[in-house]
Amino acid sequence: MIKCEILLTVNEESHSIIARQADTLLFVLRNQLGLTGAKPGCLNGDCGACTVLVDKTPIKSCMMLAIEAAEKPITTIEGLCDTPIQRAFIEQFAFQCGYCTPGFLINAYALTKQHPDADDETIQEWLESNICRCTSYQEIEQAVKSVLAKKHEND
Amino acid sequence: MVPFDFTYHRPSSIEEAVRLFERLHKQGKTPLYYGGGTEIITLSRLNLAFADAVIDIKHIPECCVLRIEQNELTLGAALSLTSIEEANPFPLLTKTASEVADRTARNQITLGGNVCGQIFYRETVLPLLLADCHVVIAGKDGLKQRSIHEVFQQRMRLEHGEFLVQVKIDLSYVSLPHAHTKRRKQGKVGYPLVTVAAIKKDERLHVAFSGVCPFPFRSKTVEEQLNARHLPIETRISRALQYLPKPILNDTEGSVEYRLFVLMNALSDILIPLEEG
Repeated sequence: MIKCEILLTVNEESHSIIARQADTLLFVLRNQLGLTGAKPGCLNGDCGACTVLVDKTPIKSCMMLAIEAAEKPITTIEGLCDTPIQRAFIEQFAFQCGYCTPGFLINAYALTKQHPDADDETIQEWLESNICRCTSYQEIEQAVKSVLAKKHEND
Repeated sequence: MVPFDFTYHRPSSIEEAVRLFERLHKQGKTPLYYGGGTEIITLSRLNLAFADAVIDIKHIPECCVLRIEQNELTLGAALSLTSIEEANPFPLLTKTASEVADRTARNQITLGGNVCGQIFYRETVLPLLLADCHVVIAGKDGLKQRSIHEVFQQRMRLEHGEFLVQVKIDLSYVSLPHAHTKRRKQGKVGYPLVTVAAIKKDERLHVAFSGVCPFPFRSKTVEEQLNARHLPIETRISRALQYLPKPILNDTEGSVEYRLFVLMNALSDILIPLEEG
């Protein structure tokens, strides 16, 4: 088994881990660092439940090697604390079972940061990266829009 | 979870990458060049891809170039599809790329990975075929530049140890009138039933296809039929369909008959406005 030391910076904390060079970021986050917020869903890049930020960009962590993310800032759902999008998900009832929620939150967080003026088309394009089997799509979209609207109110 | 082990290599130059490949091969290994990695990781789970060494080309400066210089657009093979979409130097490529997979996946999927991929849709090659672009390929004999039509025949015909570094597009193509449509079985994310991309250059239509056959293509014969302007467009389309390469895909996305029906309508929908515009 080919293992090596990998330095990861997750939620502003540095970690030195020993992992297979073929290990995915999702596997390492969950099994080595105990950060189980990013969820294994399809493990095929389809569902988005494993989405994390790498260098502020949403990435499906089941499709990235941990070693590729070395020395880049990684943000998982555990790194978001009482953000506007998290509050909006609660206010808008934007989840049911909650399994997809960390992936949606991370993606929606990046969307509201990178596109504070996102139009409907942009919101739909971004949210299509994630699947919710409870079909809370309407409420999730409303949550995103409420954060964008509040940003404009505050500007 | 990748079900086998490999070593991961991160060269910082083209020469280093090529030397690495040769060295690993001589050691009896099966190296693969690695861009976004999405296809290698997902296919490995299904035992459809194998490597015991991967060579990540994302840290090679030439592979990350997005540059307009001397009437030429150069795109590095390691650029992510979303980075190309955001820069939007070639609107038809932007449109085509933006319909591949989903937004988050496209943050990882690279231009080179999509064009050279094992999954046969390879949709981002369509604008490149239409623009008669050139490709820069690295191998043990150095760099070479070739017409995409020489190198891409159903798939990229790279020699052992070679990898795609860049594509170069004549700027006169990037702002031409164009059209694109991707028809899926359902929804807005996923593989195509048919994808058609077209440009109009000097009053002639250039048309390329994905999802029709188990490979993307641009066919001179099909284009001749579509450009026979003394005939009504419906007649031209119906004649063009007779000259499609074979086999026509017949799978869970759609039967041969259904695909051809969708293709006929797709061609009609995009070519009439393009021709009249």
